[in-house]
Amino acid sequence: MTATIAPAATARDTGALRGYWRTFAALLARDLRVMRRHLLSFTARTVVQPVLNIFVFAVVLPSIGFGAGQAFAAGGQGQSFATILVPGLVASGIVIQGIFAVTTPLIMELSYTREIDDRVLAPVPVWTVGVEKIAFGAVQGLAAGLVVFPAVLLIHGPGEAPRVDFGNWPLLVAVLVLSSLLTSCLGLLIGTLLPPHQLSTVFAIFIVPMMMLGCVYYPWATLEPIRWLQVGVLVNPLVYVSEALRAALTPTVPHMSLAAVLAVLAVGTLVTGGLALWSFKRRLVG
Amino acid sequence: MADVAVETSDLKKTYTTSSGAIEAVTGLSLEVRRGELFGLLGPNGAGKSTTIGMLTTRIIPTGGTASVGGADVVRDPLTVKRRIGVVPQYNTLDRQLTVLENLEFRGRYAGLSARAARQRALDLLELFSLGPRAGAKVTEMSGGQAQRVMIARALMHHPEVLFLDEPTSGLDPQTRVNLWDVLRQMRAEGSTIVLSTHYMEEAESLCDRIAVIDHGTVLACGELAELKSQSGPETVLALTYDGEAEKIVGQVRQMDGVLRAEASGTSLRAFTRVPESILAALVLVGPDAGLSLIDVRIVRPSLETVFLTLTGREYRE
Ligand SMILES: Nc1ncnc2c1ncn2[C@@H]1O[C@H](COP(=O)(O)OP(=O)(O)O)[C@@H](O)[C@H]1O
Ligand SMILES: [Mg+2]
Repeated sequence: MTATIAPAATARDTGALRGYWRTFAALLARDLRVMRRHLLSFTARTVVQPVLNIFVFAVVLPSIGFGAGQAFAAGGQGQSFATILVPGLVASGIVIQGIFAVTTPLIMELSYTREIDDRVLAPVPVWTVGVEKIAFGAVQGLAAGLVVFPAVLLIHGPGEAPRVDFGNWPLLVAVLVLSSLLTSCLGLLIGTLLPPHQLSTVFAIFIVPMMMLGCVYYPWATLEPIRWLQVGVLVNPLVYVSEALRAALTPTVPHMSLAAVLAVLAVGTLVTGGLALWSFKRRLVG
Repeated sequence: MADVAVETSDLKKTYTTSSGAIEAVTGLSLEVRRGELFGLLGPNGAGKSTTIGMLTTRIIPTGGTASVGGADVVRDPLTVKRRIGVVPQYNTLDRQLTVLENLEFRGRYAGLSARAARQRALDLLELFSLGPRAGAKVTEMSGGQAQRVMIARALMHHPEVLFLDEPTSGLDPQTRVNLWDVLRQMRAEGSTIVLSTHYMEEAESLCDRIAVIDHGTVLACGELAELKSQSGPETVLALTYDGEAEKIVGQVRQMDGVLRAEASGTSLRAFTRVPESILAALVLVGPDAGLSLIDVRIVRPSLETVFLTLTGREYRE
């Protein structure tokens, strides 16, 4: 073996942008490889909760005579409860997976193991590593949404079939992509701000309320009688994802104005993303 | 100057913490030449990791400048990152990946194609006698193996300068010596290496030049022989008593053969060139003045006497 340790005689000089792209692609390839290894647990984690939700609300309750669905008949304009739930459960699947996909590994990498240090030594600006985390989190959020979709479409009791309209698919794609990006930005922000031992606390005080009050089980408009709650839940990002998916999938169910939700999703993504990258850099360069 | 690999000038870092400011590096200047194995020697908390952090773009200095191969670490961090390989003080291997993948992905992060990265990774693993461990999980590595994987990983993109932060701390003596051989071989092949250590023995036996640092500044810098001549060929007799040594230091200074003497707390240090001829008389001084002798140490001219001379304190490893 010859002196392969010694410095290279010729330095490769690719353009700066091409160099960034190569590094970005390598970071993404690393995350994809790790994800592939955990594909089964990823799928299980993603589908169990929405499947149980749809099972209880669209199969069990109607069958045993608790008319959860009928109770919504008025507000939901005669829709089956499953029709209300499909966009909501897809939304919560995206949001919860999108956040956890980024937050959980990041907290480990930033604290006990400092594994991320080596990636930060790549010859790219530190924010590139953060942008990759956002991109990969969005991929996982999107994948989660796509896994939840068929599950919640197919499971329902007799006469409870959801009525979902895929006609406006460009809008659907836009909503799915924006929602995934927003949630992975949120994941990055939480992951950089959170002390490692607080992960379960976050689940209890942040994710569970977000889910329960995220217009997953009811359209936002039906909260009208509880005005303070209707206003209060507007801080919850899941509300906008649920409502945007309602606008795209079940346009006959009452939903927020499309322009408004899209604007909130877009601006929210930019602001959260900016904050998250700033916070990420602050954690990595002292 | 073309032959300067690393340069710092009045480099400073003050950490701001909730409990106040910590001056970790307080004006550190040094120069590492191309092709040398340079040691940063200092006790725990001296500022070694902070200095290496600044040189490797991970910590932003609060004063002064630093550059690697002429590229400024603050203004041009990307050029610096392209030129350096880093082995941090703690194991930062990617636990989700195998040994081989750790190397491959480091190469790809640095811009190598997947194929080139794989080939380079296999070559390096072979070179570091890690070939059979290529597919192993990094959590299954022993301390010495993990350290070699970290070094191999740091070399993936052919860096001009390799930084190692306390690479042998926590390793058993045999593994440490093996690692020294690896570093010596790399140096022989023309690599520039900067390593920090708190082991005097490591600096003495391994490094071409040594910067002795404490409290964030360079106390002395040069080849071992130069450093030793700075403190003279003096031996230090270090005595510890059960009471204040101050009350006998005057008397010790009057003794024949004692060049200097100083006391701090219960310890007394006498600098001499003829330790054998004064030792017998010296140990009697304390008991005569009512002090019991607890410990006597003879410190021959070495980095330790350099440190003692420069700081007036014993080196705490
Ligand atoms: N992130 C940090 N925040 C605050 N103080 C720090 C930080 N890192 C190191 N220090 C302090 O700076 C000093 C130098 O530390 P360090 O550079 O790690 O020394 P060494 O590597 O020589 O042991 C120590 O007093 C240490 O406690
Ligand atoms: Mg250190």
